[in-house]
Amino acid sequence: MAMPITSQTLRREDHLMASVTPLKTSVELALIAQGASVPALRQPAFERFAAAGLPHRRIEAYHYTDLRALLKDAPPLAKAGALAPSASVWDELDAFIVTIVDGHPTWAQSDELAGVSISLKSDAPDDGLAADSVFPKDGDPVVALNAAFVDHTLHLAVAGGVVIDKPIHLRIVTTGAVSAYGRVVVEIADGAKLTLIETHEGAAGALANSVVEIVVGDDSHFDHMRINLVDPQATLLTTLGGRMGARSTVTSGNFVTGSALSRHQVFLRFEGEGSNATISGASLLKDRQHVDTTLVVDHAVPECVSREHFAHVLDDEATGVFQGKIIVRPHAQQTDGKMMSRAVLLHDGATMNNKPELEIFADDVQCGHGATVGALDDDLLFYLRARGLPKAEAEALMLQAFVGEALEMIPHDGVRETLEAMTEAWLKARG
Amino acid sequence: MLEIRNLHVAIEDGSKKILNGLDLTIHNGEVAAIMGPNGSGKSTLSYVIAGKPDYEILDGEILLDGQNLLDMEPDARAAAGVFLAFQYPLEIPGVATMTFLKAAMNAQSRARGEGELKTPDFMRRVKVGADKLGIPQEMLRRGLNVGFSGGEKKRMEILQMALLEPSIGILDETDSGLDIDALKIVSEGVNALRSADRSFLVITHYQRLLNYIVPDTVHVMSKGRIVKTGGKELALELEANGYADYVSDVAA
Ligand SMILES: Nc1ncnc2c1ncn2[C@@H]1O[C@H](COP(=O)(O)OP(=O)(O)O)[C@@H](O)[C@H]1O
Ligand SMILES: [Mg+2]
Repeated sequence: MAMPITSQTLRREDHLMASVTPLKTSVELALIAQGASVPALRQPAFERFAAAGLPHRRIEAYHYTDLRALLKDAPPLAKAGALAPSASVWDELDAFIVTIVDGHPTWAQSDELAGVSISLKSDAPDDGLAADSVFPKDGDPVVALNAAFVDHTLHLAVAGGVVIDKPIHLRIVTTGAVSAYGRVVVEIADGAKLTLIETHEGAAGALANSVVEIVVGDDSHFDHMRINLVDPQATLLTTLGGRMGARSTVTSGNFVTGSALSRHQVFLRFEGEGSNATISGASLLKDRQHVDTTLVVDHAVPECVSREHFAHVLDDEATGVFQGKIIVRPHAQQTDGKMMSRAVLLHDGATMNNKPELEIFADDVQCGHGATVGALDDDLLFYLRARGLPKAEAEALMLQAFVGEALEMIPHDGVRETLEAMTEAWLKARG
Repeated sequence: MLEIRNLHVAIEDGSKKILNGLDLTIHNGEVAAIMGPNGSGKSTLSYVIAGKPDYEILDGEILLDGQNLLDMEPDARAAAGVFLAFQYPLEIPGVATMTFLKAAMNAQSRARGEGELKTPDFMRRVKVGADKLGIPQEMLRRGLNVGFSGGEKKRMEILQMALLEPSIGILDETDSGLDIDALKIVSEGVNALRSADRSFLVITHYQRLLNYIVPDTVHVMSKGRIVKTGGKELALELEANGYADYVSDVAA
């Protein structure tokens, strides 16, 4: 709170404070000061953020992740960064790589991905105000911040009927203690298929905020993975917004071991009948990591199926948050939605906050949710130990299975196996 | 040799005493049977030997070949040669049976300072053992005990015992839930493991199992103590007369 404030910041703040909330924190003031360079077309999103400030515990959607209290720093906006070429565990995927380094997208020109057009646009990104926006109508502060500060939107478009076998690896990297914003819009025309692997790497002290919007046409298929491997001293805010056409399939597999503080959002809306979405994830957290997963799955039309399954393993003083909401609109009969959140606490200091919600306005639906939080089963542990497995190894075997339940919903074999290996390594490092 | 002397055990919170000065010695190569009414403490005895943490040892000792088991973690006891075939084997979803078997065998080898098994040797040993017990290969790929019938779970316990080659095998009501064919298969599996340097403690409620696994000694347990010891004919006598004589003896 006692951060020095420049006179320029104060002037700007004076101007805003005349009309809006009083008393901004130093981090909010720093973010607002950064907005001095925001061009006119992104001013509305910026004003929106500036008016509301960072969300806090009295904002329902951020009750368990009070960004006003948790965000300790607003590092300077990133300049164009360059990625030193380095080997990555993902190299074996044989994917087409698109990088966003410190907010700046780059990719190799090649005809490897016939059927996908890749381009940059400088339009105003959706901050929830667009009529067909999938983001919360009352404004999500993380999306608004992104819309205010993102420089270029990366567009990936797959033409109708085209099946892209080669996955696109979207490698989002922050190279220093800077704030970086990335926005990707993926349009998959009718009858097309695409796999997008979104990985996040970030340096200590970085604040990265990226939004991926997908529009999935009728009879299309989109597999998405989002993997948070940023530095344990970095902050990461990610959002996936998706609109699905009729008879389409979307999977989103999420994995988190990185970041001191992160929030991973999914806003998904069924807009055509007969579609299917699977959203899964595993977060393995230790020390004082705070990781939030927030889902809103909106069944706006009949006869769609959604499955959500999230697993948390929490050690030390780590905090996990799972908020999952399934909305079934009045006409969305024959909706089938099932959501499960399971958490294992490995230490007395760890905390899990589960908030599953069903908002059902149709009468002929099958929906359910479950949430469990607990320690590992002592009887199972004894059974394994009685067969000769030392305590740590017995626990690791059980946890690997527990996490595996979520990972097995990821359809991409290479990614799933890599994440299983990362889980094994994480468990081994516990000792 | 397993020696249990003056064993007094209560439930961890001290609310209930279960074993009340139990003495029992099983020599190498010996098959000892314990029979007794439900609730007499048979499973508790097996758990305490194997090292389940829910119990408080108030007094006594348990020695395996002179080593004090009560000072050892459950996994160290397993590596030292204790194997417990559970009355109710647990299901472990997501842990493939093969993965589990390999982890257990390697953990014990490591604890004994021996090298790990090579994968082809491991696979062959499992296949041979499974075939003998009529366990299909497909079951080995499933989660451990998940969706197995009661009889299949018991066979899986015996397969584990065969692979882990303990110096004392404790069978807790291995006959419960088995039909006569499964009982024969399981008994043959156990009999094949009998040897001069391996002993067994066969816990059962019924004499029937002892027709197939013929014991050297039979002990009657009641209210947490051994109240009578004899040869295999004692089992027949119990079958004919029930436990009433022994139970009332202790109560008196
Ligand atoms: N963990 C426990 N908590 C409470 N009571 C127990 C526990 N374990 C055993 N008991 C009680 O101790 C007695 C002996 O149980 P057990 O050893 O299972 O007997 P048996 O195997 O001979 O049927 C029973 O009365 C049982 O209810
Ligand atoms: Mg019993």
